[in-house]
Amino acid sequence: MAEKKIFGITALFKDPDSIISAAKKTSLSGYTKWDVNTPYPIHGMDNAMNIKPSKLGFVTLICGLSGTTIALLLMWWTMSVDYPMVIGGKPFFSLPAFIPVTFELTVILATASTVAIMFAFFFGLPENSHPLHDTDYMKKVSRDHYGVVIEADDPKFNETVVKDFLKSLNPVSIDVIYYPEKETYPIFEPKFLGVLAATAIIVSLGTYLTLNSLMYIEPFNWMMNQDKIIPQSKSEYFADERGMRMPVEGTVARGFIPYPYLGELIPTEVLLNPSISTKAILELGERKFLTYCSPCHGDFGDGDSRLRGQFQNPPTLHSDRARNFSDGMIYHIMTNGQNIMPSYSSQVSREERWAIVNYIRVLQRAKNANEHDVEFAKNINIE
Amino acid sequence: MSTDYSIEAPSIHGRLSLAEIEELVAQPLDTKPDKKFFIAITLSTGALLIGAFCLTITFLYGIGMWGNNQPVGWGFGITNFVFWVGIGHAGTLISAILFLLRQRWRTGIARFSEAMTIFAVMCAGIFPVIHTGRPWLAGYLLPYPNQHGLWINFTSPIIWDVFAVSVYLSVSLIFWYTGLIPDFAILRDRTTSKIKKTIYSIFSLGWRHSNRHWQHYEKAYVILAGFATPLVLSVHTIVSFDFAVSILPGWHTTIFPPYFVAGAIFSGFAMVVTVLVIVRKIFDLQNIITMDHLEKMNKVILATGMMVGYAYATEFFIAWYSGVQFEQFVFINRVFGPYAWAYWIMVSCNVIIPQLFWVKKIRRSIPIMMVIVILVNVGMWFERFVIVVTSLHRDFLPSSWGMFIPTVYDLGILLGSFGLFFTLVILFTKTLPVVSISEVKAIAEGSQPTHHGGNHHG
Ligand code: HEC
Repeated sequence: MAEKKIFGITALFKDPDSIISAAKKTSLSGYTKWDVNTPYPIHGMDNAMNIKPSKLGFVTLICGLSGTTIALLLMWWTMSVDYPMVIGGKPFFSLPAFIPVTFELTVILATASTVAIMFAFFFGLPENSHPLHDTDYMKKVSRDHYGVVIEADDPKFNETVVKDFLKSLNPVSIDVIYYPEKETYPIFEPKFLGVLAATAIIVSLGTYLTLNSLMYIEPFNWMMNQDKIIPQSKSEYFADERGMRMPVEGTVARGFIPYPYLGELIPTEVLLNPSISTKAILELGERKFLTYCSPCHGDFGDGDSRLRGQFQNPPTLHSDRARNFSDGMIYHIMTNGQNIMPSYSSQVSREERWAIVNYIRVLQRAKNANEHDVEFAKNINIE
Repeated sequence: MSTDYSIEAPSIHGRLSLAEIEELVAQPLDTKPDKKFFIAITLSTGALLIGAFCLTITFLYGIGMWGNNQPVGWGFGITNFVFWVGIGHAGTLISAILFLLRQRWRTGIARFSEAMTIFAVMCAGIFPVIHTGRPWLAGYLLPYPNQHGLWINFTSPIIWDVFAVSVYLSVSLIFWYTGLIPDFAILRDRTTSKIKKTIYSIFSLGWRHSNRHWQHYEKAYVILAGFATPLVLSVHTIVSFDFAVSILPGWHTTIFPPYFVAGAIFSGFAMVVTVLVIVRKIFDLQNIITMDHLEKMNKVILATGMMVGYAYATEFFIAWYSGVQFEQFVFINRVFGPYAWAYWIMVSCNVIIPQLFWVKKIRRSIPIMMVIVILVNVGMWFERFVIVVTSLHRDFLPSSWGMFIPTVYDLGILLGSFGLFFTLVILFTKTLPVVSISEVKAIAEGSQPTHHGGNHHG
């Protein structure tokens, strides 16, 4: 059998006075890796063991202040930057109304992180494989004894010397603690792995069922099923069982006066531009052009599409052909479409289409300016 | 009878040794549940199931099943919420405020009342969520980046509530668990069953009672208590904002925050006494949860009861003094209107009956005390009912006046919340140490070094 490795030597005491004096003596004799285990905190032990006051308060301070900051920043950003909304006439950043949430976030961050950091970093817990666990010593200090342990890691550790020293303290008993030969809670224990696997399966199944089935049964269906008839659905009420009713014959939708030249090639003589190039109209035209036409035709009608080849590039609008189009022709192309360019009559209203025509004319003139135009532009004050 | 108040009575009676304390507290965990336990748990789960049934019906058919209507949109849902949050105030008060005030007697009852806090807040949390009608959408109450680009309204008292109650629940849980860790270690080291040992080992996190740990641990405990103290005061303050921030006569009063906090402590202590009287009897903890403890709590009940009474009086004074016709009407209507019976139940249970606690004999008599604290619980439930319902049922225009009549489902869900609370309490008594073993050991006689001023806890 391989030789067991010593973890440390322990001594047990029966009453609080002797543990205090034992602690004092141990700390005076210069050991550094030692500890005292008692079933509850003993007053004056910090002094006896000569340990520095806890620095835990700083953790709390930092975490608490971060809580305050996070809360205020979050509320400031959401309520006054990302989605500003006037509520009850309060300012966007309304400090008095933000106090409660700020306070609560400060408290939760301060407390939760203090406790978590204390256990995880100050104590290194959870640690169920520590050699002291499951020893008689641990069982006794858990109940009603008080114990000192001097660890083998201590630079001054020497088995016989430590034993003699501990004996001189008049303990109830002295024990040598060894590292356990095999781990008490090995990670690869089949039972443990089984429990893990079972948990994983149950959780995934549960999540799957919740998200895919439970969420859609009554009453969790997000109000998806309602008694009203929705578009495309069937109705028992009408003889033809159509939920959507056909409009009365001859109905014209608002803003959709029928266009008589659909499919015709050049109906331009009859189509006269009814709008004048006022500033407002040109601005409307610009807006609509940028919205509906520029993805294919480019911001200035050069045919430099932004579609990266997903749709065939259109020709430039500054060709002689396009410049010689009558206003009516451009209007007709927009309304009717041309070859692969689809019709825009349902997206862009009549007035807007004429405004776009006027705007295209502006683009064409600007791109093909003659000397007069340049001279004229120099003289007027363009701000 | 004269008592010498200059000497503090010992917090533990009968000179128990450390081992005896441990045996006494761990006793219920080591023994098999007996018949009484099963009867109790059957009753409470029965109530819980009734509540669950009514709640299922509510989910299926909507909150139209409740008595809520126009103008009384906040019926039992909010009444029960405020009631349970209030009950949940005693625990943290005992464990945090009394800890900071160095009240040694708190050790015997702190663990239990902390547990009651957690259970009560759990009961409370249910109500606003089910009151929304579609509780499965409660996640919308949290600020998270979503596809709608919308955020919650941080200036709304309802959102403050969400934060206050959930933070309160979390901090209470942290507080409770931190206190439980050394006890889990004690249980781990004394049990012989392998399964129990594994469970306790996991929950004890491998605590070793090391003094290098105790040092930080005690510090953390002070920090937690320091934060929990303003927190517990803030929670009911914020709950009262739900009312006070509105502009409804009867709700729109600045006295609400202190008045609600006093009421919460009042009802919380009453509930703690109710349960402790039973628990100390069943588990033979008379030496650890002593008559002195109960008497002290009764004194707190007396004091807070008078604060509540004072608040009632102030409300009336302000209504008259404000000269606002609507305010005055609301209060006259409370006393003489259709819900006058509720008002008078409230006043007699909360203000008049607790006055009996001036008599020492009554403070120390278990049966009388039991009757009084139960009446206080009833009275405090009615206080919330009066605030919610009487302020709402007479709207500004007489054409919109109405009455609130609870339905079977309202009552069933209220019953169910009691069922949930007591089921959790009963399970708790059988699974965890109801008294903090390590804390009680620390204040037992002879447990602290003599040169340090005897068994002085602090
Ligand atoms: C989906 C891309 C696309 C959009 C958006 C688009 N067009 Fe076109 N456009 C084309 C293509 C492609 C052609 C060339 C069609 C052809 O082969 O005759 C074209 C041709 C034209 C022509 C004729 C050019 C010529 O020389 O024959 C005009 C004028 C025109 N578009 C105007 C517009 C206007 C005004 C809009 C905005 C309402 C618009 N287009 C929106 C793709 C588009």
